[in-house]
Amino acid sequence: MSEKIKHFPGEAVSGRDIRDGKVPCIKHRPNVKYLWSAGVAMSRFIEGMKAGKIIGAKCVKCKRIMVPPRAFCEECFRPIDEYIPVKDTGTINTYSVSYVAGDASRIKEPILVAVIDLDGASKGMGILHILGEISDWKQIKFGMKVKAVWKPANEREGSVTDIKYFKPFKEG
Amino acid sequence: MVGKKRVAVIGAGMTKFRRNLKETGKELSYEASSIALDQAGLELSDIKSVVMGTAPDAFDGVHMKGEYLADGAGGWEKPYSRVFVGGGTGVFAIDAGWWHVASGKFDTCLVVGEEKMSSCYPHPAYAFTTIFDQIYARPLGVTLIWIFALEMHRYMHVHGIKKEEIALVSVKNKRNALDHPCAQLGANITVEDVLNSEVMCWPVQRLDISPTSDGAAALVLASEDVAKKLTDNPVWIDGVGWCIDSTYWTNRDLYYPQYVQCAAQMAYKMAGIKNPPKEIDVAEVYDPFDYKELHHMEGLMLARKGQAPKLTAEGVTQRDGDLPINPSGGLLGVGNPIAAAGTMKCCEIFWQLRGEAGKRQVKGDPRTGLAQAWGDLMQYGSVVVMRS
Repeated sequence: MSEKIKHFPGEAVSGRDIRDGKVPCIKHRPNVKYLWSAGVAMSRFIEGMKAGKIIGAKCVKCKRIMVPPRAFCEECFRPIDEYIPVKDTGTINTYSVSYVAGDASRIKEPILVAVIDLDGASKGMGILHILGEISDWKQIKFGMKVKAVWKPANEREGSVTDIKYFKPFKEG
Repeated sequence: MVGKKRVAVIGAGMTKFRRNLKETGKELSYEASSIALDQAGLELSDIKSVVMGTAPDAFDGVHMKGEYLADGAGGWEKPYSRVFVGGGTGVFAIDAGWWHVASGKFDTCLVVGEEKMSSCYPHPAYAFTTIFDQIYARPLGVTLIWIFALEMHRYMHVHGIKKEEIALVSVKNKRNALDHPCAQLGANITVEDVLNSEVMCWPVQRLDISPTSDGAAALVLASEDVAKKLTDNPVWIDGVGWCIDSTYWTNRDLYYPQYVQCAAQMAYKMAGIKNPPKEIDVAEVYDPFDYKELHHMEGLMLARKGQAPKLTAEGVTQRDGDLPINPSGGLLGVGNPIAAAGTMKCCEIFWQLRGEAGKRQVKGDPRTGLAQAWGDLMQYGSVVVMRS
């Protein structure tokens, strides 16, 4: 340490003592709710989901087709020119096998997570999604082709989860 | 010279880092600030401006956290601002402190980094879920560990890097931390321990990750004229850099942190550094996960792309190696109270360049050091270069 500093403050307490009320503590759980407007571009995306399509955005200046779609191109800093559907097939860019839930608790059946570069979008335009119909995660490979599995039309609600998951898929 | 005034670091202080500290964030900020002032030989009345660095409000559940912490950081009735760039905050805070003084506006600036992650229970991971896009990411149940696992896996895939090569970083940093009096997780572990630890989110295992921590760290900055009156061995801030990439993290190749390179280039240009691995004597590189140290060494151009594991295996990054990385023990060993962890890295470089790091002192006589932090949605880089 700075050798000149003789004492470093900080009194460690145990999590158990806190939970057992042995350390004076105050507890509060805020109850706040939000309702977000999906915005100009993502409203198109959400409507597309209901219709079983993945909607991207095209900028004619840099020629990128971007997913998720945005109302403006962040590179050219101008409005995008067109909203167009891309394919619901793609390639696994990277993946992970999660045994951890959102609150850091553990889960037995792992969630298979991937970034999928979508066909019809510009190179490297990936989306985050879940993989399914894979019995052993060791079968997952980088560069593997996958295809969206959609909920039935009457069950779609305008969410990224209208795609249940992406499953392995052989072209041709 | 960039700026009207040359800026020096003249004092540093920190608290212990622990999973749960009894002190509030405000109290921790006060403790770290007091030590830094004492080391600089100054009173709070000598401080003309204050920069506070603290990360997401959700950890502490205090929505005006900058304001709440102000008096702990000595900000009372002073020009005070809170900066926040996620995990990049702790090093960005010293960058912000630099421009306060370099501009000529203030002779002195107290820079404080604080985090109290234990308040959000049972685990602060839950607070992190609100950082993701609410429309296309959150409905999938995304967690922070997912995105790092995806980045780590991509990095491993592109360069053909093995888990055991990455685990060496965790082994080194936890061992280095044994010599740090504030460290939370100093330990002698082996590569096998890392590889046998619980799989959290493949390829991330438990011993690949830094802990949840509380803590604070602080630095005193002064203009050249003030610094020279107070100390014979100031440490100069010769380079600052920061850069952000898009939040559309699935739209870029995660194997390389381009934004870290941009931040580093900005700092190197200012410091006149042309060959970073030769000219940097010691570096504190952001290591919330073991692979991040390697990833960031490459982004900082301290190693060529894909070559950081090789340097690590050869011992180059050990404390007695040619390019010591994280002699403090880093976030993996000392702990990871987000903003405080980045500021701790700046403190370590200050102590290393003054030859005051005690058992952690790197060999030779280091003259040029670097600290770096990283944050937001894997998109932010902040860098500082210091010289003695």
